[in-house]
Amino acid sequence: MSLFVVKPGLLDTIQDRGRFGYAHLGIPTSGAMDPTALQLANALVANAPTEAVLEMHFPAPALRFETDTVFALAGADFDARAAGTPLPLNTPVIVRAGTDLVFQRPKSGARCYLAVRGGFALEPWLGSCSTDLAARAGGWQGRALQAGDRLPLRQAADYSAFLSGEGCRVMPWYIRLYRLHAESSGIRFLPGPEYGGLTEKSRQLLETAHWPIAPQSDRMGYRTSGPALELNEPLEMVSAAVTPGTLQLLPDGHFVVLMAGCQTTGGYPRIGHIIGADLPKLAQLRAGDRFRLEKVAMKTAVSATDHQAAWLQRVAYGAALKWKGQPSGLTK
Amino acid sequence: MQKEINPAYRIYPLGDRALSVDWGNRIDPDLNARSLALFDRLRRAALPGITNLVPAYSSLTLIFDPVALAGQYPGQQPYDVVRQQVLALLETQDAAAGPPPGRLVEIPVCYAPGYGPDLDALARSAGLSPETVIALHCFREYRVYMLGFLPGFAYLGRVDARIAAPRRASPRTHVPAGSVGIAGEQTGIYPQASPGGWNLIGRTPLRLFDARNADPTLLHPGDRVRFCPVSPEEFLKMSVAL
Repeated sequence: MSLFVVKPGLLDTIQDRGRFGYAHLGIPTSGAMDPTALQLANALVANAPTEAVLEMHFPAPALRFETDTVFALAGADFDARAAGTPLPLNTPVIVRAGTDLVFQRPKSGARCYLAVRGGFALEPWLGSCSTDLAARAGGWQGRALQAGDRLPLRQAADYSAFLSGEGCRVMPWYIRLYRLHAESSGIRFLPGPEYGGLTEKSRQLLETAHWPIAPQSDRMGYRTSGPALELNEPLEMVSAAVTPGTLQLLPDGHFVVLMAGCQTTGGYPRIGHIIGADLPKLAQLRAGDRFRLEKVAMKTAVSATDHQAAWLQRVAYGAALKWKGQPSGLTK
Repeated sequence: MQKEINPAYRIYPLGDRALSVDWGNRIDPDLNARSLALFDRLRRAALPGITNLVPAYSSLTLIFDPVALAGQYPGQQPYDVVRQQVLALLETQDAAAGPPPGRLVEIPVCYAPGYGPDLDALARSAGLSPETVIALHCFREYRVYMLGFLPGFAYLGRVDARIAAPRRASPRTHVPAGSVGIAGEQTGIYPQASPGGWNLIGRTPLRLFDARNADPTLLHPGDRVRFCPVSPEEFLKMSVAL
């Protein structure tokens, strides 16, 4: 009744929506880098949106299901195969105990999410199953997966009636990502409290340059390596709150975009904040990719969030209906 | 009549999912008291949709769940809802009323050679003996202004101006857990091994962060801290006992 790690990937961690209520103790939210893919993967297997999933990077792990289960992949496409069958994203898959899941190459995106029906049987830490690598707590033993790990699943099942001898069966329906993300190619941001401290030229540059993501980027933040930005005068900052999406200007003129794993406070000028609805898009970019920034008003950020939340709600509702129509052994 | 505006603070968004109240960009016990007093009131008010509160030196940030707030207050921008709620609290907040008195926490520190690798250099550049630096560090009661950087990392202040010292020019790649440091007028304790640029003057055997505890951090915002010197023998004894 578990998911066995045959070979670990670059960074495989258990993540949910995050750990809330402890930031005043310096304990970060953590959570999935791409929260829309997290919710999508959960919806596909009829889990609650709060359920913890496995977040994977490329090289991705080799995994073995040790019980029959239903799972789904969302987010990055790493060309997944189970029992030799190519697996599409955004589609539920029924799998037989003993089947291996492998990923062949990074086709698109940076982070792939695996949800299993019923979820992983893990003890939450401070109300969340997200892995906090800095605190070495939460998720699976507070760390990334290693070879030989056995992640316990909450539900054991017998789906042999639906597998007719195959190792896995891809369900004949999927979720189309049409209009989940805005058409705009840019990543939208709101000006931060120190935005006005940038020179006129730097403010223009922020929106015209293509910002490459530097190799030293991780779950805590993306370093960018574009042209250096300048302040009208040096700013001495006392430490204050930062959040995922904060654009922190470093003393060398480059900026960092803080991501889901960021710390709770920082002492650098906060020149802007990526809007929450566009963080998932950014989370699927890789080192070397470039992005453009587009300044928007609060109103735009609010309607983007509303749109995304409504989209995810419709999808969860639709997936639940699909499962209801299945033979009784397959409904939840 | 001109509308009276309170120039004592600014309120601004940190993106579309957080709001900051900012009393000034300074390390100042009075400004911090405002932040901690509002923090205390907000914790007791337990407003719906607020997922995190981050008190800092001279600011307080509320992080909110815009989807939860949109459900509860349809037709209003989540930021505006939070702003109105915070303003209502601020306007009824007695500026003179401070935060609740924090707990007093005594922290044993071993200042012996080998425990604080920067103690001698700091003493030299301050023109003091290492003993005087230790005495000055232990003489004061400090306030926990805020936590951040790492889980359980408390920013304490302010140290006696005579032992204030700028961060090291090149940060260390490895600072052992429990190291007690000075940076500017701040003093703090590394809760776990990490890179760090503070001047290390001693080490405590206490655990500042322990994920196994229901309350995982030794210190909370607003606590008061006193350092007491211990010998290497006492340090070892306490480490073993923990």
